[in-house]
Amino acid sequence: MDPKQILVVLAHPDDEGIIGGTLMEHAQQGAKITYICLTLGEMGRNMGKPPFATRVSLPKIRRQELKEACQLIGIQDVREFGLHDKMVEFEDQEAVADRVLEVIEEVKPDLIYTFYPGHGVHPDHDACGAITIRAVAKLPADKRPVTRCIAMTPGSYAVLGQPDFVNDVSDIVDLKIQAIGAHKTQFQLMLGNYSQETKDRHRHERLWVYRF
Amino acid sequence: MKSIEPACIQQLLDQLKGQEVYIHLEMTTGAYAAHRGEAKLAATAFITNATVTYSQGLIAGDGPYRVGLKTAHGWVFAQGLTHWDETETTRLIAAGHDPDGKLVVALQIAQEPFSSHEED
Repeated sequence: MDPKQILVVLAHPDDEGIIGGTLMEHAQQGAKITYICLTLGEMGRNMGKPPFATRVSLPKIRRQELKEACQLIGIQDVREFGLHDKMVEFEDQEAVADRVLEVIEEVKPDLIYTFYPGHGVHPDHDACGAITIRAVAKLPADKRPVTRCIAMTPGSYAVLGQPDFVNDVSDIVDLKIQAIGAHKTQFQLMLGNYSQETKDRHRHERLWVYRF
Repeated sequence: MKSIEPACIQQLLDQLKGQEVYIHLEMTTGAYAAHRGEAKLAATAFITNATVTYSQGLIAGDGPYRVGLKTAHGWVFAQGLTHWDETETTRLIAAGHDPDGKLVVALQIAQEPFSSHEED
Protein backbone atom coordinates (compact mmCIF):
# COMPACT_ATOMS: atom_id res chain seq x y z
CA MET A 1 0.00 0.00 0.00
CA ASP A 2 1.30 3.39 -0.96
CA PRO A 3 -1.18 5.89 0.48
CA LYS A 4 -1.31 9.37 -1.02
CA GLN A 5 -3.76 10.95 1.37
CA ILE A 6 -4.08 10.04 5.02
CA LEU A 7 -6.61 11.13 7.61
CA VAL A 8 -5.75 10.91 11.31
CA VAL A 9 -8.57 11.34 13.84
CA LEU A 10 -7.41 11.51 17.46
CA ALA A 11 -8.59 13.13 20.66
CA HIS A 12 -5.74 15.13 22.19
CA PRO A 13 -2.61 16.94 21.05
CA ASP A 14 0.18 14.34 21.65
CA ASP A 15 -1.98 11.32 20.68
CA GLU A 16 -0.32 11.49 17.24
CA GLY A 17 2.97 10.57 18.92
CA ILE A 18 1.70 7.02 19.51
CA ILE A 19 1.95 6.45 15.75
CA GLY A 20 4.52 9.18 15.16
CA GLY A 21 7.02 6.94 13.40
CA THR A 22 4.45 5.48 11.02
CA LEU A 23 3.13 8.94 10.16
CA MET A 24 6.68 10.21 9.57
CA GLU A 25 7.29 7.37 7.13
CA HIS A 26 4.07 8.19 5.27
CA ALA A 27 5.08 11.87 5.07
CA GLN A 28 8.58 10.95 3.87
CA GLN A 29 7.00 8.84 1.13
CA GLY A 30 5.08 11.88 -0.02
CA ALA A 31 1.66 11.28 1.52
CA LYS A 32 -0.40 14.28 2.53
CA ILE A 33 -1.65 13.97 6.10
CA THR A 34 -4.74 15.67 7.50
CA TYR A 35 -5.10 15.45 11.29
CA ILE A 36 -8.39 16.05 13.05
CA CYS A 37 -7.60 16.73 16.69
CA LEU A 38 -10.89 16.73 18.56
CA THR A 39 -9.83 18.67 21.67
CA LEU A 40 -6.90 20.76 22.86
CA GLY A 41 -6.31 18.50 25.86
CA GLU A 42 -7.04 21.50 28.03
CA MET A 43 -8.01 19.34 31.03
CA GLY A 44 -4.67 17.54 31.11
CA ARG A 45 -2.97 17.16 34.48
CA ASN A 46 0.58 17.66 33.31
CA MET A 47 1.43 21.34 33.53
CA GLY A 48 5.22 21.15 33.24
CA LYS A 49 7.69 20.38 35.99
CA PRO A 50 7.85 22.72 37.83
CA PRO A 51 4.38 23.72 36.65
CA PHE A 52 4.38 26.56 34.11
CA ALA A 53 0.88 26.18 32.67
CA THR A 54 -2.51 27.00 34.18
CA ARG A 55 -5.97 25.78 33.20
CA VAL A 56 -6.29 29.10 31.38
CA SER A 57 -3.01 29.03 29.48
CA LEU A 58 -2.87 25.27 28.84
CA PRO A 59 -5.01 25.16 25.66
CA LYS A 60 -2.94 27.89 24.01
CA ILE A 61 0.31 26.23 25.02
CA ARG A 62 -0.90 22.83 23.79
CA ARG A 63 -2.01 24.31 20.46
CA GLN A 64 1.55 25.58 19.96
CA GLU A 65 3.04 22.25 21.03
CA LEU A 66 0.75 20.49 18.54
CA LYS A 67 1.97 22.77 15.75
CA GLU A 68 5.60 21.97 16.54
CA ALA A 69 4.99 18.22 16.80
CA CYS A 70 3.13 18.19 13.48
CA GLN A 71 5.95 20.07 11.77
CA LEU A 72 8.44 17.49 12.99
CA ILE A 73 6.26 14.58 11.86
CA GLY A 74 5.34 16.14 8.52
CA ILE A 75 1.62 16.65 9.11
CA GLN A 76 0.67 19.60 6.94
CA ASP A 77 -3.03 20.00 7.67
CA VAL A 78 -4.33 20.16 11.26
CA ARG A 79 -8.05 20.58 11.91
CA GLU A 80 -8.98 21.53 15.46
CA PHE A 81 -12.54 20.39 16.12
CA GLY A 82 -12.78 22.50 19.27
CA LEU A 83 -14.51 19.92 21.48
CA HIS A 84 -13.98 20.19 25.23
CA ASP A 85 -11.39 17.81 26.66
CA LYS A 86 -12.99 14.84 28.52
CA MET A 87 -16.42 15.69 27.06
CA VAL A 88 -16.20 13.95 23.67
CA GLU A 89 -18.51 11.09 24.68
CA PHE A 90 -21.14 13.58 25.86
CA GLU A 91 -21.38 15.44 22.55
CA ASP A 92 -24.01 14.56 19.95
CA GLN A 93 -22.15 11.56 18.45
CA GLU A 94 -24.03 11.69 15.15
CA ALA A 95 -23.26 15.39 14.68
CA VAL A 96 -19.54 14.93 15.33
CA ALA A 97 -19.47 11.87 13.04
CA ASP A 98 -21.02 14.03 10.30
CA ARG A 99 -18.26 16.60 10.76
CA VAL A 100 -15.66 13.84 10.40
CA LEU A 101 -17.48 12.54 7.32
CA GLU A 102 -17.35 16.01 5.77
CA VAL A 103 -13.58 16.00 6.10
CA ILE A 104 -13.41 12.45 4.68
CA GLU A 105 -15.40 13.59 1.66
CA GLU A 106 -13.22 16.67 1.29
CA VAL A 107 -9.74 15.11 1.51
CA LYS A 108 -10.67 11.61 0.23
CA PRO A 109 -8.17 9.62 2.30
CA ASP A 110 -7.03 6.17 1.22
CA LEU A 111 -6.01 5.37 4.79
CA ILE A 112 -7.42 6.44 8.17
CA TYR A 113 -5.85 6.24 11.63
CA THR A 114 -7.90 6.45 14.83
CA PHE A 115 -8.40 4.68 18.16
CA TYR A 116 -9.94 1.24 18.36
CA PRO A 117 -13.35 1.81 20.03
CA GLY A 118 -13.36 0.18 23.45
CA HIS A 119 -9.57 -0.12 23.55
CA GLY A 120 -8.54 3.48 24.07
CA VAL A 121 -8.33 3.47 27.90
CA HIS A 122 -9.23 7.19 27.98
CA PRO A 123 -12.99 7.79 27.42
CA ASP A 124 -12.16 10.51 24.86
CA HIS A 125 -10.10 7.97 22.90
CA ASP A 126 -12.95 5.45 22.84
CA ALA A 127 -15.46 8.10 21.78
CA CYS A 128 -13.04 9.37 19.13
CA GLY A 129 -12.66 5.88 17.67
CA ALA A 130 -16.39 5.20 17.77
CA ILE A 131 -17.18 8.52 16.07
CA THR A 132 -14.63 7.88 13.32
CA ILE A 133 -15.89 4.33 12.72
CA ARG A 134 -19.44 5.70 12.63
CA ALA A 135 -18.41 8.25 10.01
CA VAL A 136 -16.59 5.70 7.82
CA ALA A 137 -19.49 3.25 8.14
CA LYS A 138 -21.74 5.83 6.48
CA LEU A 139 -19.82 5.29 3.24
CA PRO A 140 -20.76 2.40 0.92
CA ALA A 141 -18.69 -0.68 1.84
CA ASP A 142 -16.55 -0.48 -1.30
CA LYS A 143 -15.71 3.19 -0.69
CA ARG A 144 -14.45 2.83 2.88
CA PRO A 145 -10.78 3.64 3.35
CA VAL A 146 -8.71 1.09 5.28
CA THR A 147 -9.01 2.14 8.92
CA ARG A 148 -6.10 1.29 11.20
CA CYS A 149 -6.73 1.56 14.93
CA ILE A 150 -4.61 2.13 18.00
CA ALA A 151 -5.45 -0.22 20.90
CA MET A 152 -4.11 0.66 24.35
CA THR A 153 -5.91 -1.65 26.75
CA PRO A 154 -3.80 -4.40 28.35
CA GLY A 155 -6.30 -6.99 27.09
CA SER A 156 -6.33 -5.83 23.47
CA TYR A 157 -4.41 -8.87 22.14
CA ALA A 158 -6.79 -11.28 23.85
CA VAL A 159 -9.84 -9.57 22.36
CA LEU A 160 -8.57 -8.35 19.00
CA GLY A 161 -5.87 -10.92 18.27
CA GLN A 162 -2.48 -10.06 16.86
CA PRO A 163 -2.15 -6.58 15.34
CA ASP A 164 -2.50 -6.46 11.56
CA PHE A 165 0.39 -4.08 11.27
CA VAL A 166 3.55 -3.96 13.38
CA ASN A 167 5.83 -1.20 12.24
CA ASP A 168 9.45 -1.19 13.38
CA VAL A 169 10.41 2.49 13.41
CA SER A 170 13.83 2.01 15.03
CA ASP A 171 15.65 3.98 12.35
CA ILE A 172 13.61 7.13 13.04
CA VAL A 173 12.90 6.60 16.74
CA ASP A 174 15.01 9.60 17.80
CA LEU A 175 13.01 11.93 15.57
CA LYS A 176 9.78 10.33 16.80
CA ILE A 177 10.76 10.96 20.41
CA GLN A 178 11.66 14.53 19.50
CA ALA A 179 8.12 14.98 18.12
CA ILE A 180 6.64 13.51 21.30
CA GLY A 181 8.90 15.83 23.32
CA ALA A 182 7.48 18.85 21.48
CA HIS A 183 4.54 18.47 23.88
CA LYS A 184 6.63 19.95 26.66
CA THR A 185 3.84 20.26 29.19
CA GLN A 186 3.04 16.58 28.77
CA PHE A 187 6.30 14.77 28.30
CA GLN A 188 8.92 16.63 30.25
CA LEU A 189 8.16 14.16 32.98
CA MET A 190 8.13 11.03 30.84
CA LEU A 191 11.04 11.83 28.55
CA GLY A 192 12.95 13.82 31.16
CA ASN A 193 15.73 11.28 31.52
CA TYR A 194 15.65 10.08 27.96
CA SER A 195 16.62 6.49 28.51
CA GLN A 196 17.23 3.38 26.48
CA GLU A 197 14.00 2.04 27.94
CA THR A 198 12.05 5.03 26.56
CA LYS A 199 13.65 4.46 23.19
CA ASP A 200 12.87 0.73 23.17
CA ARG A 201 9.25 1.35 24.05
CA HIS A 202 8.80 3.59 21.03
CA ARG A 203 10.46 1.31 18.47
CA HIS A 204 7.33 -0.60 17.52
CA GLU A 205 3.92 0.75 16.56
CA ARG A 206 1.03 -1.69 16.48
CA LEU A 207 -2.22 -1.22 14.63
CA TRP A 208 -5.38 -3.22 14.14
CA VAL A 209 -7.46 -2.89 10.98
CA TYR A 210 -11.12 -2.29 11.78
CA ARG A 211 -13.49 -4.84 10.24
CA PHE A 212 -16.73 -3.11 9.36
CA MET B 1 2.92 30.05 37.99
CA LYS B 2 4.27 30.96 41.38
CA SER B 3 3.95 29.47 44.82
CA ILE B 4 0.92 30.92 46.53
CA GLU B 5 1.33 34.18 48.39
CA PRO B 6 -1.71 34.13 50.70
CA ALA B 7 -1.98 37.91 51.03
CA CYS B 8 -2.26 38.28 47.26
CA ILE B 9 -4.92 35.57 47.06
CA GLN B 10 -6.85 37.22 49.88
CA GLN B 11 -6.77 40.54 48.04
CA LEU B 12 -8.27 38.92 44.92
CA LEU B 13 -10.91 37.09 46.98
CA ASP B 14 -11.95 40.40 48.52
CA GLN B 15 -11.96 42.11 45.14
CA LEU B 16 -14.32 39.48 43.64
CA LYS B 17 -16.64 39.27 46.65
CA GLY B 18 -20.32 40.31 46.59
CA GLN B 19 -20.89 40.02 42.83
CA GLU B 20 -21.84 37.26 40.42
CA VAL B 21 -18.61 35.52 39.39
CA TYR B 22 -17.72 32.54 37.20
CA ILE B 23 -16.06 29.62 38.94
CA HIS B 24 -14.01 26.71 37.69
CA LEU B 25 -13.60 24.07 40.37
CA GLU B 26 -11.90 20.78 39.67
CA MET B 27 -10.29 17.81 41.26
CA THR B 28 -8.70 14.92 39.41
CA THR B 29 -6.57 11.81 39.82
CA GLY B 30 -5.98 11.84 36.06
CA ALA B 31 -7.72 9.66 33.51
CA TYR B 32 -4.91 7.10 33.54
CA ALA B 33 -4.54 6.74 37.32
CA ALA B 34 -6.10 3.28 37.44
CA HIS B 35 -4.48 2.17 34.15
CA ARG B 36 -1.01 3.01 35.48
CA GLY B 37 -1.72 1.62 38.93
CA GLU B 38 -1.22 4.97 40.68
CA ALA B 39 -4.65 4.72 42.26
CA LYS B 40 -7.35 2.10 42.48
CA LEU B 41 -9.88 4.45 40.99
CA ALA B 42 -9.56 7.09 38.27
CA ALA B 43 -11.82 9.91 39.38
CA THR B 44 -12.37 13.46 38.22
CA ALA B 45 -14.98 16.08 38.92
CA PHE B 46 -15.16 19.56 37.52
CA ILE B 47 -17.68 22.29 37.07
CA THR B 48 -16.77 25.02 34.68
CA ASN B 49 -18.28 28.51 34.49
CA ALA B 50 -20.77 27.98 37.28
CA THR B 51 -21.96 31.34 38.54
CA VAL B 52 -21.93 32.06 42.26
CA THR B 53 -21.97 35.07 44.53
CA TYR B 54 -20.05 34.78 47.78
CA SER B 55 -20.35 37.02 50.80
CA GLN B 56 -17.06 35.92 52.34
CA GLY B 57 -13.97 34.35 50.81
CA LEU B 58 -10.93 33.37 52.82
CA ILE B 59 -7.64 31.62 52.29
CA ALA B 60 -6.39 29.45 55.16
CA GLY B 61 -3.45 27.22 56.04
CA ASP B 62 0.33 27.46 55.88
CA GLY B 63 0.66 25.84 52.46
CA PRO B 64 -0.70 23.96 50.75
CA TYR B 65 -3.64 26.29 51.21
CA ARG B 66 -7.40 26.01 51.54
CA VAL B 67 -9.96 28.44 50.17
CA GLY B 68 -13.59 28.64 51.32
CA LEU B 69 -16.27 30.83 49.75
CA LYS B 70 -19.49 31.37 51.64
CA THR B 71 -22.53 31.58 49.37
CA ALA B 72 -26.15 32.38 50.20
CA HIS B 73 -27.07 28.71 50.59
CA GLY B 74 -23.77 26.86 50.98
CA TRP B 75 -20.04 26.74 50.36
CA VAL B 76 -17.38 26.37 47.72
CA PHE B 77 -14.22 24.70 49.01
CA ALA B 78 -10.82 23.75 47.64
CA GLN B 79 -7.92 22.20 49.56
CA GLY B 80 -4.39 21.54 48.41
CA LEU B 81 -3.76 24.79 46.53
CA THR B 82 -0.04 25.38 45.93
CA HIS B 83 0.33 27.69 42.92
CA TRP B 84 -1.28 30.74 41.38
CA ASP B 85 -0.84 32.84 38.27
CA GLU B 86 0.75 36.00 39.62
CA THR B 87 0.22 37.89 36.34
CA GLU B 88 -3.56 37.99 36.83
CA THR B 89 -4.85 41.15 38.47
CA THR B 90 -8.61 40.72 38.17
CA ARG B 91 -9.03 36.93 38.22
CA LEU B 92 -7.95 34.24 40.65
CA ILE B 93 -6.21 31.34 38.89
CA ALA B 94 -5.04 28.89 41.54
CA ALA B 95 -4.22 25.20 41.51
CA GLY B 96 -2.63 22.46 43.55
CA HIS B 97 0.21 20.57 41.88
CA ASP B 98 1.81 17.37 43.14
CA PRO B 99 5.62 17.06 43.30
CA ASP B 100 5.65 16.01 39.62
CA GLY B 101 3.88 19.23 38.64
CA LYS B 102 0.64 17.42 37.87
CA LEU B 103 -2.53 19.31 38.60
CA VAL B 104 -4.67 17.72 41.31
CA VAL B 105 -7.05 20.53 42.21
CA ALA B 106 -7.97 23.86 40.62
CA LEU B 107 -9.96 26.88 41.70
CA GLN B 108 -10.52 29.81 39.38
CA ILE B 109 -12.75 32.84 39.87
CA ALA B 110 -13.44 35.58 37.32
CA GLN B 111 -15.96 38.22 36.33
CA GLU B 112 -16.08 36.84 32.77
CA PRO B 113 -16.59 33.19 31.75
CA PHE B 114 -13.46 31.11 31.17
CA SER B 115 -12.97 30.07 27.56
CA SER B 116 -10.95 27.00 26.68
CA HIS B 117 -10.80 27.47 22.93
CA GLU B 118 -10.28 31.16 22.41
CA GLU B 119 -8.14 32.10 19.42
CA ASP B 120 -4.62 33.33 20.09
